[in-house]
Amino acid sequence: MTAIVVGRGALLFERNLMVYRRAWLMILSGFFEPLFYLFSMGIGLGHYVGKVPVAGAGLVSYGSFVAPALLASAAMNGATYESVNIFFKLKYAKTYDAMLSTPVGPTDIAAGEIAWTLFRGLLYAVGFLVVVAALGLVYSAWAVLALLAALLIGFAFAGLSVAGATFMRSWQDFEIFGLIQLPMFLFSSTFYPLSVYPQALQWVVRCTPLYNAIALMRTLMLGGVGWAQLVNVAYLAVMGLIGLAITRGRIGKLLLK
Amino acid sequence: MRMIGCVSPPSGGTLSILGLDPRRDGATIRAHLGVVPQLDTLDFELTVRENVIIYGRYFGLSRKELRCRADELLEFVQLDERADSKVEPLSGGMRRRLTIARSLVNDPDLLLLDEPTTGLDPQARHLVWDRLFRLKRRGATLVLTTHYMDEAEQLCDRLVVMDKGRIVAEGSPRELIGRYSTREVVELRFRDEPSLDLSTRVNGLARRIEALPDRTLLYTDDGDATADRIHELGLHPQSVLVRRSTLEDVFLHLTGRTLVDE
Repeated sequence: MTAIVVGRGALLFERNLMVYRRAWLMILSGFFEPLFYLFSMGIGLGHYVGKVPVAGAGLVSYGSFVAPALLASAAMNGATYESVNIFFKLKYAKTYDAMLSTPVGPTDIAAGEIAWTLFRGLLYAVGFLVVVAALGLVYSAWAVLALLAALLIGFAFAGLSVAGATFMRSWQDFEIFGLIQLPMFLFSSTFYPLSVYPQALQWVVRCTPLYNAIALMRTLMLGGVGWAQLVNVAYLAVMGLIGLAITRGRIGKLLLK
Repeated sequence: MRMIGCVSPPSGGTLSILGLDPRRDGATIRAHLGVVPQLDTLDFELTVRENVIIYGRYFGLSRKELRCRADELLEFVQLDERADSKVEPLSGGMRRRLTIARSLVNDPDLLLLDEPTTGLDPQARHLVWDRLFRLKRRGATLVLTTHYMDEAEQLCDRLVVMDKGRIVAEGSPRELIGRYSTREVVELRFRDEPSLDLSTRVNGLARRIEALPDRTLLYTDDGDATADRIHELGLHPQSVLVRRSTLEDVFLHLTGRTLVDE
């Protein structure tokens, strides 16, 4: 049964590949975004910042400090952008209505779209890591796991944002995404260590999904991997699974009425 | 229609499609169905040919097989010249034909068509009818809903008339006309308001008389004879039209002339 489900989910993946075969430029934009941040903030601004102390890694250049956070954020953004496409297909293009009149079911659609989102995120992560490694900003051998971490982060945010997209009534509602995403991007220890916040605020930040994603990515790339990373992994995995379950139910409810 | 297509749960009663239970075997049933929904659900991000290919992929058909199949089907609906075009620039009739081609990709045992020609120009409608007729001749079973009685008359062997969600009549087009209407209809139009006693004067000339604001309809088995009698009575309508009774007469008789807003 599982094999069949995975198989049909893959058909969705195939459809998206057919679409992007012509629109590959759109995919490219997600690759450049974190690189632009890396060059402007990490390297440009980093020139004036100097070294940053990181627990378990000692003093690292500002570029190295920012790079893992940018990779984690890119994984988040990629997943959220894709959820906008899914909203469009669900509400306006009726893409799923056509699929559901074939043996493809709502579970296949949910799994297929999330798998596609992950694939897209993985492409960005590979590209970004290659550049970062070439610039000598990676300190730890754990960095090979950064790709897996990027996938996990993508899964967590894809689950949540796709589930969120199924609740959206119009394009205006997507403003809410921006309203959550941007502050999370700016304040989740992306550009400075958590220690700049007072104790109480530190705990608030620790609870955000992006903080967990960044903490995981930073230890993998700079060093200091410990038990705390298991918490990060569990947090993200549960978030993705909840999202997947909600998405599956919502697609069934919206389309099979 | 959605219940038969296994995309809506049955709301009541029992439903068996191809001998299977839609609640349990939805995916298996759908594998044997072809669906032409009321509103086209074509993939606007893909070309005409790709639409057919990916739809076939959803049924698990191989890409190699589908390449030939797509060409065949596009030729069948006369879209082979537009195979590499996107869906967007296609006209309504072309989109409808593409939807039909797509629905045939899995060689369905049962084809569901929900108002297949609504909104099409006459040329496009006739082309669709022609293709559906060919499918029928090849032995395909078509289930179709329509508001066009001429469409039902052309394509259906057996039809049911639905009014407010209930079946009010059932049979072949010919049977229904025989049962609920007469062989012919005489339509009279008068220059002036027809005098009040018109219906009493023409009474007995026809099996059933229907006085509408703009014309009077006489349902009769011999239209010409009835028309002659009218002249004998000294009535001088502005126009007299003798025509065959149609399914439209049956439908209006059964469901009434009042406008129904769903």
